Amino acid sequence: MSKAWQTPRVDSASSTLDVGIGAGGLATADMVLNIGPQHPATHGVLRLRLVVDGEKIVSAEPVVGYMHRGAEKLFEVRDYRQIIVLANRHDWLSAFANELGVVLATEQLLGMEVPERAVWIRTLLAELNRVLSHLMFLGSYPLELGALTPVFYAFREREELQSVLEELSGGRLHYMFNRVGGLKQDVPAGWTLRTLDAIKAVRRRMPDLENLLTDNEIVKARTVDVGVLSRDLAAAYGVSGPIARASGLDVDLRRDEPYLAYGELFAPGGPGRVPVRKHGDCYDRLVVLIEQVRVSLDLAEACVEKLRSLPAGPVNVRLPKVLKVPEGHVYRWTENPLGLNGYYLVSRGDKVPWRLKLRSASFNNVQVLTRMLPGQLMSDMVSIMGSMFFVVGDVDK
Amino acid sequence: MSTTDLGMPGIGPLQSAAPYPLRLVLNWGRRYSLWVFNFGLACCAIEFIAASTSRHDFIRLGVIPFAHGPRQADLMIVSGTVTDKMAPAVRRLYAQMAEPKYVISFGACSNSGGPYWDSYCVTKGVDQIIPVDVYVPGCPPRPESLLQAIVKLQEKIAGENLGRRYRRSGGTPVSAAAATRPLVAPDGDGGPSSRSTSRRARRVVSEAAVPRRQTTSVLPSAPPPAAPVQAMTLRPHTPQTAEDTVVDMPAPVPPNAGPETKEGPR
Repeated sequence: MSKAWQTPRVDSASSTLDVGIGAGGLATADMVLNIGPQHPATHGVLRLRLVVDGEKIVSAEPVVGYMHRGAEKLFEVRDYRQIIVLANRHDWLSAFANELGVVLATEQLLGMEVPERAVWIRTLLAELNRVLSHLMFLGSYPLELGALTPVFYAFREREELQSVLEELSGGRLHYMFNRVGGLKQDVPAGWTLRTLDAIKAVRRRMPDLENLLTDNEIVKARTVDVGVLSRDLAAAYGVSGPIARASGLDVDLRRDEPYLAYGELFAPGGPGRVPVRKHGDCYDRLVVLIEQVRVSLDLAEACVEKLRSLPAGPVNVRLPKVLKVPEGHVYRWTENPLGLNGYYLVSRGDKVPWRLKLRSASFNNVQVLTRMLPGQLMSDMVSIMGSMFFVVGDVDK
Repeated sequence: MSTTDLGMPGIGPLQSAAPYPLRLVLNWGRRYSLWVFNFGLACCAIEFIAASTSRHDFIRLGVIPFAHGPRQADLMIVSGTVTDKMAPAVRRLYAQMAEPKYVISFGACSNSGGPYWDSYCVTKGVDQIIPVDVYVPGCPPRPESLLQAIVKLQEKIAGENLGRRYRRSGGTPVSAAAATRPLVAPDGDGGPSSRSTSRRARRVVSEAAVPRRQTTSVLPSAPPPAAPVQAMTLRPHTPQTAEDTVVDMPAPVPPNAGPETKEGPR
């Protein structure tokens, strides 16, 4: 059900027969089909240049760069408070996770110790943001498959969590709540109870969404054994996140290289667990995403309980008027909702970073499409692209 | 014969001469039945989608977001950063919309560049390339802001005179047929289909091609096939390079010019 309006005119399809009659035999010509950059099925402005033989895809080339805004260059002229604003906006579905990576890298270079309350609030917000990001894909992927209801359910849950985050930080999508050394401010009175209510409400209503998807025979027909990504290919291309875990690549930085409070949460007996599946088809990716939502809701609830038991205390560190980071370089990576995001910060002792390079998960996740799409049918292309869970801002930065 | 030029559906000269009650009725119909073209680019697109779902719901204002493409839409909501690479596509899709058409610029990036105002590759505001009717500030704006922007646009449409809005002071509008592209040839490195049959077919195409522009075919000239083939229904075959943007960028519209008054020839 591709809505690629740039397909060539219908008369050329009938004229391939004309071409063949004179030259002998039934000749075919490959067609170059351009999907995007504006297209309802691509998540944003990704352009796919496909060469198709009838319905079968012969080769696929993602053309990226339509959302390249030069964020890494702009980082070099923004100081360490201002880069948080820009950092929010490359993976716009998980803005908190992005700004977290940036401040973690800065704090590591500064050798700064963050107060315990801030660590737990950060973990909580990161997990809530993860749920938001996954819910977005759980709504948009079925929409591409033709299921219209899940997107409304998913956005209903998103609104629930967004109101909690908006009460805290003032933003529904871009929070800009992290600061170097902690958070902007402490949580309002009663916020933890409202957060618990929101988490419970989302968890209570998740079956509404799941029942439409996991046992749905149409969804299964379109996703089982479609777009199989093997474990080795995923490892070779550096694919990470839920997509890689659905292919059997068992990497989750929250468990393997814990940061923030994840060490405690993913310890044996804790609420953290890593869903991994074997086949690597679209169905597995969908199931992993649903499982991850459940895990994140559990983690968020554990964080709220811990937060309520913590004594009142500071949530940030007093910063000097002019914040200069000592010379050095650090690579800090975090488990973002879409995968591994790395932040390579090079400082020359200035107020602004010398270089802040972003390693984004979606960049690798999109590259592997060149290997996954050839041999598939056009109608499966939509299903595969939707299941790859990328954000174009993350690809292009 | 390649494309059929049906002429761009436009606003006729009778619009300015229509009596006020008729204009009232037509404006009423037009403003409460806007079909919006899903033009989500970046983060603001997420708030656009949130505004279309149950909590905020702009569909109750008559704005239906499922137009099957620019040709069937009257409202284009540019939500997100317009990069210089994407700008020709925005211009092209705007040209494909039939008049009367309206544009809402949603978010700081499409208003003026937003947080990327000093970037080397961002178009500082979509009004540099297309005329905008309503600007919505915010980064991202709340969905309620989009609802208010639609209401404001509806108020604007209520009081408008289409003849005055689309008065053309010379120049030809871009016709619907002009905003299309010819077939692009696949590279010779394709999969199993780039066999001799398809190569033969491509040679035949280039022989029968009627050049649309002053471009030379890059395919090697081949001896004509034994039996001449009437392949006149095929479109002309002009292989292009990968980054083929067909639309020439017109001069930027001055900010106070109101709706576009003329389009440059292609």
